[in-house]
Amino acid sequence: MSPNLATFRGGSHPPQSKEATKDKPLVIAEVPNEVIIPMSMHIGAPCKPVVKRGDHVYLGQKIGEAQGFVSVPIHSSVSGKVKAVEPRQHPNGELVESVIIENDGKDELPPDLEIPPHYETLTPEEVVNYIKEFGLVGIGGATFPTHVKLTIPEGKSVDTVVLNGAECEPYITCDDRLMKDYPDKVIEGLKIIMHALGVNNGKIGIEDNKPEAIEIMTKAAENESNIEVVPLKTKYPQGAEKQLITATTGREVPSGGLPADAGVVVNNVGTAAQIATSFQTGQPFYETLLTCTGEAVNNPQNMLVRLGTPFQEVIDQCGGFKVEPGKIISGGPMMGVAQFTTEVPVIKSTSGILCFTPEQAQLPEPTDCIKCGKCTEVCPIRLQPYQISAYALQDDWDECDALHVKDCIECGSCAFVCPAKRPLLSTFRTAKRALAQKGRK
Amino acid sequence: MENGTKLWVSSSPHIRSDLTTQKIMLNVLIALVPAFLVSVYVFGISALLITIICVATCVLTEYVFEYLRKKPITISDLSACVTGVLIAFNLPVKAPWWLCIIGSVFAIAIVKQLFGGIGHNFLNPALAGRAFLLASWPTRMTGINYIPVDVTTEATPLGIVKEGLDIALPSNMQMFLGFPGVYGAIGEISALALLIGGIYLIARGIISWRIPTFYLATVLVMALFFGEDPIFQLCAGGLMLGAFFMATDYVSSPTTPVGQIIFAVGCGLLTMIIRKFGGYPEGVSYSILLMNCAAPLIQKYTMPKVYGISSQKEEVAE
Repeated sequence: MSPNLATFRGGSHPPQSKEATKDKPLVIAEVPNEVIIPMSMHIGAPCKPVVKRGDHVYLGQKIGEAQGFVSVPIHSSVSGKVKAVEPRQHPNGELVESVIIENDGKDELPPDLEIPPHYETLTPEEVVNYIKEFGLVGIGGATFPTHVKLTIPEGKSVDTVVLNGAECEPYITCDDRLMKDYPDKVIEGLKIIMHALGVNNGKIGIEDNKPEAIEIMTKAAENESNIEVVPLKTKYPQGAEKQLITATTGREVPSGGLPADAGVVVNNVGTAAQIATSFQTGQPFYETLLTCTGEAVNNPQNMLVRLGTPFQEVIDQCGGFKVEPGKIISGGPMMGVAQFTTEVPVIKSTSGILCFTPEQAQLPEPTDCIKCGKCTEVCPIRLQPYQISAYALQDDWDECDALHVKDCIECGSCAFVCPAKRPLLSTFRTAKRALAQKGRK
Repeated sequence: MENGTKLWVSSSPHIRSDLTTQKIMLNVLIALVPAFLVSVYVFGISALLITIICVATCVLTEYVFEYLRKKPITISDLSACVTGVLIAFNLPVKAPWWLCIIGSVFAIAIVKQLFGGIGHNFLNPALAGRAFLLASWPTRMTGINYIPVDVTTEATPLGIVKEGLDIALPSNMQMFLGFPGVYGAIGEISALALLIGGIYLIARGIISWRIPTFYLATVLVMALFFGEDPIFQLCAGGLMLGAFFMATDYVSSPTTPVGQIIFAVGCGLLTMIIRKFGGYPEGVSYSILLMNCAAPLIQKYTMPKVYGISSQKEEVAE
């Protein structure tokens, strides 16, 4: 790799732990007998269920109607009968209204399935509307509705689309797999996004720990003069939106602003591939790529999983637990969410199911801050985490605000490197919540 | 999942690096080994005894203080050991046992624990301990006390320069190695040994390169400015020990990159000003202590630009 790889300032090097799955083929998961589909798999208003108990649903049928602009419809991931519409445990830790569907195993498609015309014949507005109806959200983590990202507010202009193939979270390898197996879909999706935005400049950022993906994607983009694959230095959080924008374009997103303020729209490679698939088949977003891995699981794999599949089902298909698990994380170890139970379903943003052993699950006891400044060195936003944390522990939210805690992207680098093992990020979350509440008053 | 299986739930991140406070302190102790070996080679068993007394007193003081205040006992983090070794390294070979004990108790009980323990001392405990002893027992902490009994020399190299004594100075090579015929506080004499330890700490990522580099560079420039021999000034006195092991104390120095540079340049300027114009032959301790006091202010005014903040301002300006 070239010595001058694109990157950002700060960052850390957590162990990558990708060996278990990085060269494993993609496995299409068995479809479970029952799926649990929460009416909220995106940031914004939850959907209103439009089916009731006893209804028959087709694969890909809309079962939840979007509520408002920042919301996308939700579709069934199987064909079968609606068993219940009731609150169920969601991977975000809350009880969320969910549609439970008994799978009839037929994968019956709706009779009125419409395959959209080629995107080039559509206006940008029409493309964006299809993307909304397909239920697309950013699957990199924040689950921001894709059509909202592609609707540029008045007075702003975007000239670059960046696809996020950095996959900087340790353990997770599904985007790597996707880029190696379906490079054309990624490119096609990027072209659709560029068309929707009327943008002529596309970039795909990939960390250099995925040399094969870089090679394959570069080859796939060979004939696309306006698409460039940008190898990135392997460093966490290279795939964080702001850091990726800086690494690939040299621009900074203004504090409190959106990527569009830097003239950029970022999408995950997975989102792009799903867009391409949906335009090809007319079918909405009902299955996702994820990596089920960790030291507590027998046979870690990269899998294509139907939405609504319970975590336990996915884990069982990976040979079950090797040892009694200590922690189950939805996502990666740096930004993922620890789960109370394995009965939660896979949702649009589930990029990983990470199973830790009890030894890995227990975090060391925090000791006093020694002001070594390691947190300040790694912070990709260049905050002073140890200072903010000290104020947050005294409930001095104004001082936290003055030290820009609201700009924290919650990557967790500070807490990872801290030799005193202090839970720095937790204190920032508390401060941000307190400031948000104060702002509302 | 079967009933009874216990899952840990905590907020992200779910992994932690291997680095601990204890490992950091252990690395500092390892880095001090070369200088310790030279001190035993040059000063003999006395250097060993002084170091043992200081370390034991520091650890014991920390234990007793925390025990009495019913706080968690933190002696296993090894920071008290580091302070002990650094106090010993700053003492003359003829320091009596009680002087070692008083300096160590002062450093740990007053400078470190009274301000809240590890991470809360605004001065470097070892240097504050040394300054306390120097102010209280000046005759025990200066001049001939640094010279072993069986040696005919009467002063440290900086002392010779300061007093204008008619004694031949050691060569620059002797100064760099720390022997033969180079005397001073037991741990400060060998520039080479301290340099090895300091480079080890930088290579391991324990200390930042900025403070020692800018401290030494400032001394070099100032020496040239004053028309002094820069090699002599760099190797003499407590400079190497101070630049790599004392000025880099996390708590009492700034964490911002620019702040560290200002802090280090300040240390360098003060060191040379004291050496040239001050009453004492050596100025490393006081210059670092003075800059320790200025560190919070330096920190405050050298905060790095937060991501996305200035570009916002520029936009407003446009």
